[in-house]
Amino acid sequence: MEYIIEMLNITKEFPGIVANDDITLQLKKGEIHALLGENGAGKSTLMSVLFGLYQPEKGMIKVKGTFASIKGPLDANALGIGMVHQHFKLVHNFTVLQNIVLGIETTKNGILKMDDAREKIVALSERYNLFVDPDAYISDITVGMQQRVEILKMLYRDNDILIFDEPTAVLTPQEIEELMQIMRELTTEGKSILFITHKLNEIKAVADRCTVLRRGKYIGTVTVSETDKKMLSEMMVGRKVNLTVDKQEKEPGEVVLKVSNLNVMSKREGHTRNVVEDVSFEVRKGEIVCIAGIDGNGQTELVHALTGLESITSGCVTLNGEDLTKKSIRYRNTHGMSHIPEDRHKHGLVLDYNLAYNLVLQQYFEKEFNQLGFLKSDAVNQYADLLIEKYDIRSGQGRETKTRSMSGGNQQKTIVAREIMKDPSLLLAVQPVRGLDVGAIEYIHKELVKQRDAGCAILLVSLELDEVMNLSDRILVMFEGRIVANLNPKEVTFNELGLYMAGSKREEKRHEA
Amino acid sequence: MKHKKHIDYTAAASSIFAIIIGLLVGLLVLLLSNYRQALPGFFTILTGALTRGPKGIGQVFYYATPIILTGLSVGFAFKTGLFNIGASGQFIVGAFGAVFVGILFKGFGSAHWIVAVIASILFGAIWGSIPGILKAYFNVNEVIASIMLNYIGMYAVNWTVKGYKPLFNNLRNESKNVATTAEIPKMGMDYLFPGSSVNGGFLIAILVVIIIYIVLHKTTFGYELKAVGYNRNASKYAGINEKKSIILSMTIAGAVSGLAGGLLYLAGTGKHIEIVDRLAAEGFSGISVALLGVCHPIGILFAGIFIAYLTAGGFYLQLYEFSTEIIDIIIAVIIYFSAFALMVRSLLAKFKKQKENKAVKKAAIGEGGNKA
Repeated sequence: MEYIIEMLNITKEFPGIVANDDITLQLKKGEIHALLGENGAGKSTLMSVLFGLYQPEKGMIKVKGTFASIKGPLDANALGIGMVHQHFKLVHNFTVLQNIVLGIETTKNGILKMDDAREKIVALSERYNLFVDPDAYISDITVGMQQRVEILKMLYRDNDILIFDEPTAVLTPQEIEELMQIMRELTTEGKSILFITHKLNEIKAVADRCTVLRRGKYIGTVTVSETDKKMLSEMMVGRKVNLTVDKQEKEPGEVVLKVSNLNVMSKREGHTRNVVEDVSFEVRKGEIVCIAGIDGNGQTELVHALTGLESITSGCVTLNGEDLTKKSIRYRNTHGMSHIPEDRHKHGLVLDYNLAYNLVLQQYFEKEFNQLGFLKSDAVNQYADLLIEKYDIRSGQGRETKTRSMSGGNQQKTIVAREIMKDPSLLLAVQPVRGLDVGAIEYIHKELVKQRDAGCAILLVSLELDEVMNLSDRILVMFEGRIVANLNPKEVTFNELGLYMAGSKREEKRHEA
Repeated sequence: MKHKKHIDYTAAASSIFAIIIGLLVGLLVLLLSNYRQALPGFFTILTGALTRGPKGIGQVFYYATPIILTGLSVGFAFKTGLFNIGASGQFIVGAFGAVFVGILFKGFGSAHWIVAVIASILFGAIWGSIPGILKAYFNVNEVIASIMLNYIGMYAVNWTVKGYKPLFNNLRNESKNVATTAEIPKMGMDYLFPGSSVNGGFLIAILVVIIIYIVLHKTTFGYELKAVGYNRNASKYAGINEKKSIILSMTIAGAVSGLAGGLLYLAGTGKHIEIVDRLAAEGFSGISVALLGVCHPIGILFAGIFIAYLTAGGFYLQLYEFSTEIIDIIIAVIIYFSAFALMVRSLLAKFKKQKENKAVKKAAIGEGGNKA
């Protein structure tokens, strides 16, 4: 058989849900095989089955033509299956070398012997063009480099079946291009790659074949060269999807948010430094201003400074002409500012509260829901039902559902619904579609445009170039805490934007946006 | 609604499961130490509290009063994300407040006991607020802070009682009697349970259970406290003053523990603050009660009464030449297993599912989803 892995008729059930329903996945030797599906389609469950983390109720797994019983990750590793997780599993205060050998260190009489390992790693990185400095600390290297370490970890363990779980989510366009190149090289060296994603561009660019899952069901396997993005997205979502955002031209109105000479100092690893440096810009009524940049260039701190979650060192923030610099978070929340936070689990939701409670998280204290200190549960429930209906938030038990048990897309919809219903004059949306599938992305983007058309000022922070280009009326590029460019999305190319984001290009004169 | 009830049911089931295992282990210990007397002894544990009729029941309520409250203190803090292990210190400091007012402030007449009870609440609240403040502003783990404050509280109370003449009974090395006006009125409990030590304190404890239940589940204040407990970051994001919430939560927990001390030492049953280097056991029983009652106010009420019931029954074990420590073993095992509540819960769920599956398989058209 030419198949290196065959997962045949896999069925895996959880209480109340069939996560994998009769799914078959066949990976050929030397191919890049994409696994495409929305969140909750069963991709992760299927991979967990392959790694022995779950035992399927039905179905079997064949590796290299023979039936395999995989009871845990160690079994999978012994069969040559390795995985790069979406969130890297690296020890940050260890060096690259130490991370790679972690778990299978070569020792002599109980003493570490690193020299052989170092030789092997250097040889591997030369062979696959994966240059990394073996003695650099993980905390000092870029995310792209960290991913290379993860890949080297698999190669060091002589894995020949490599699984990439949404590997491009954290990379810049240039890094993505490099990763694609690396993946192609790996296959020419005889490795087989399983590539989990929901980005259609990448599948088109690199994959040979593609298996599509939808709601736990197997939809089909197609040869990528014989299909197009439209068809793939239809298979994935089950209906026609609008891949670009429809947006009318609109002349922005008066200034809503004005930020001037904002500085934020932050303590990181013991020393304080300016993470936001002398930032000034404006957002007007009815425009979407996008802050583009690679993760960790001060966007998070900037938004936290605007919302009051973090204190600022100097500068001034005004909303509708009112100075908010010294106001409390609650004051900002109730005076026209809405915030879709970057991390929906950390900031956006109280996961152990039910849906209804989360929908009033910003308003429970208002007259509508609060009478003499008592929560008006009828009003809360009514309001929750209204929002669930209006924003099509899906969950197991309606408003009583614990938000922890809801899918990422519906959790995000919960936050979006809550923040938009406040009828804000400024909406801060930080990576509002992170980790969401095509259907949910389409929905949330439409909702943002709708708010813009209704006259809301929107400040969008995004790491995704597609989103930046599609959605924004104006782009501010942030690099190392400074705004280095103020661009018109119609006049800039993907590549140029990538260069600005990487800091290798700067505008000659800094616009006071 | 249906779903919510379902959860409560499994929570109660896991507590009951823990109780059964605990009793079985107790039986085993009885068998090991004296198998001839084991069964009557076991029977005594289960029914001993009832042997003297209403008086016995009254006695159970009397024992239950302080541990319901310390349990409530721990459970309330736990619901708001804090582990109050300092109930013991808050208890004794509260007791000191009550005794201090009970002995010295005689001018209040018939309101004397109320003032003394309020003093116990205030003293407990202050003692509880300290770890809260340390946690909110300096990020000091409340477990460590409150453990240390247990000892500080105990020694400070001992020192003050011993060092301040008007409070100290030199002959017996303990605090003096509180004025009779400072004793908690019976509030009719003496008619219901004649001859027992129970008094109005038990009714006050029930009232506090109800108040805490309402605060936690019906008010916006409780909404905030729980939100901070579940997710401090999201609470901050929502504009809740999370520092204030943490401090208030510990303050309330301390107040409830302090009240427990006040009610016990004002009961008029000959309880005095003894000058011994021992932490108040009621504080640690509170942790047990809270665990067994799955931190729910109503659960805590029943758990407190249940543990008091076993303790009262265990007293009669001495008739069979067993030592009363066996009761402590049984309670310890019960707590041990109720600490596994989550595990037990998932076991129960699994068991239930298997049963349902079997039912479905046996009868092809079986309706497995019929729940109690």
